[in-house]
Amino acid sequence: MTATDAPPTRPRPRQQPGDRVFAGSAKGAGILILVILAGVAIFLITEAFPAFTADSADLPGGEGLFSYVAPLVFGTLIAAVLALIVATPLAVGIALFITYYAPRRIAAALGYVVDLLAAIPSVVYGFWGIFALAPAMVPFYGWAEDNLGFLPFFAGPASATGRTMLTAGLVLAVMILPIISAISREVFSQAPALHREAALALGATRWEMIKMAVLPYGKSGVIGGAMLGLGRALGETLAIALVLSVSGGITFNLISSSNPSTIAANIALQFPESTGLAVSTLIASGLVLFVITLLVNMLARYVVNRRADFSGAN
Amino acid sequence: MKLSTKTRAVTLSAAFASTLALAACGASNEGGGSTDAAGGSSSEEQLSGTLVGAGASSQQAAIQGWTAGYSSLQPDVTVNYDPVGSGGGREQFLAGGTDFAGSDAPLDDEELATAEERCGTDGVFELPNYISAIAVVYNLPGVDDLNLSPDTLAGIFTGAITTWNDPAIAGDNPDAQLPSTSITPVHRADDSGTTNNFTDYLSQAAPSVWTEEPDGEWPLEGGEAANQTSGMVSAVTAGEGAIGYADESQAGDLGVANIGVGSEFVAPSPEAAAAVVEGSELVSGRGEFDFAYEINRTTTAADEYPIVLVSYHVGCISYEDATQADLVKSFMGYVISEDGQQAAADAAGSAPISDTLREQAQTAVDAITSGS
Repeated sequence: MTATDAPPTRPRPRQQPGDRVFAGSAKGAGILILVILAGVAIFLITEAFPAFTADSADLPGGEGLFSYVAPLVFGTLIAAVLALIVATPLAVGIALFITYYAPRRIAAALGYVVDLLAAIPSVVYGFWGIFALAPAMVPFYGWAEDNLGFLPFFAGPASATGRTMLTAGLVLAVMILPIISAISREVFSQAPALHREAALALGATRWEMIKMAVLPYGKSGVIGGAMLGLGRALGETLAIALVLSVSGGITFNLISSSNPSTIAANIALQFPESTGLAVSTLIASGLVLFVITLLVNMLARYVVNRRADFSGAN
Repeated sequence: MKLSTKTRAVTLSAAFASTLALAACGASNEGGGSTDAAGGSSSEEQLSGTLVGAGASSQQAAIQGWTAGYSSLQPDVTVNYDPVGSGGGREQFLAGGTDFAGSDAPLDDEELATAEERCGTDGVFELPNYISAIAVVYNLPGVDDLNLSPDTLAGIFTGAITTWNDPAIAGDNPDAQLPSTSITPVHRADDSGTTNNFTDYLSQAAPSVWTEEPDGEWPLEGGEAANQTSGMVSAVTAGEGAIGYADESQAGDLGVANIGVGSEFVAPSPEAAAAVVEGSELVSGRGEFDFAYEINRTTTAADEYPIVLVSYHVGCISYEDATQADLVKSFMGYVISEDGQQAAADAAGSAPISDTLREQAQTAVDAITSGS
């Protein structure tokens, strides 16, 4: 643009009715999101309020809100973190294979199959977890107890049914795999061709090229994808409710039958038999989950934005 | 809500079937003979209306059997049953929201006092209409027959007995080849009448080993937990060495333990379950038609199986509304009839009540009136 001396001469585009309708509906949709979010927050706070003020002996468990919610928060976080630890490297590997290693035709088919994983309803994953994965993991749990029992994660006693926190984490990992790998694939494929060719021209192998040009470029995208996956893992209900054997408090033991529940699964399982204050307590735990997911998303935003200057994520 | 649509669908289809049956009946009447439905309901006047109940989910399958069978006798009556749980069912009934309640436990003293406001001074009836044996199911390949005395059973579920070749189990089963597999006791994760009856049994039959109070929620920390009966059965099926408790009708292919009664070991069966209720004492100090039982968990009779779940129907002796009274009277009459109990046994695998219980319940049904 050239700087001119007479700014008022800038022509104003004529507003067609279509422009106004579109601008209005877009603005309305944007505002609606805020209204819904605020509505959910207000609902959670008002409905949970009785649980905050009630006498701790009247709450389920009889020992106050904190000791009721704490194991649930712990269970939610440990299941989600397990899922993330397993799924992220796997998803990055899948994305790199599809974008840089696989022959084009196989890559397209494989990408499609991974995306298909996202379309399977969580209850199906739950059934797979309880009928296929859990029994298959039992021999491993026995082995882990005997050989890795010195680690607190494998202290045992090993579950005979396989319905453990580790199984739940693995089911969640499979569920969040497609989200992380789809986003990683997208950012990896956008790594600038000039960078890649420069790396290869300097004599780098393919792995070195990926290490130098692709991974640094895609890092924030992978982190963003992982945070989206974490969001899904935190809120996952049915698969956990079906798979996990819930009968304990806070423990790092991943292979025993006594596990803490997760917030979402606990709400789903306890709500049908709850009345009055018990419902308020469940909603209070939902409020905690709401805050946790909000924090996770804000953290993801922060991480992505901090690196936005030298990545393609903006 | 979901259920009541389903119930209505069952009712409707059964009503349709009964229309056809009545038409056929009419034709055969011309030939002379009339085939009265057992229970004598064909001589009763035809009622119409809607009967609303709510309560124990343990009765749900049986209620479906009853509504289907009942609608062939009274096609114009719709029975809606909301399986909200025993506590919710009693609450709704006492608040006047429903016509009757299904409950895994009889009313407590406080609720009985409230019931006087709901039903007037004539009080309530409580009928033990749904009796079901709770089987101790286990998964132990190679062991087809397992005997467990009350103390051994309690020891397994407290976690004191940890392997299948423990001397206590071997003592109950001198002839069995018991492996050294570790035991995984499975309990219900949700609040349930089955757990309540099971822990009640343990606390009465093995008081020295099981020191917890009876409770609908499993009182001990730790151990394998499963949701609902289906979750319990699949958890026991999945885990070698697992043991749990579930409705006898749901045991499927799992091994079912014989429980020590006196000096014998008794397998769960509908007959043995009905027998133990008949041999139990009524809770004392209750109304004339209040047949709340104190189940005799420590019975020594070899034809009685003490781990049973009894689910009651709770209603008023006197209703303000005549139609309501007629509907409750007629439906309860069907439920306790031989046909009704058979329908529940077919639908839910429950134990049909004995003739003695039926005669006793009939006095309550006969007493149901309207107004006062």
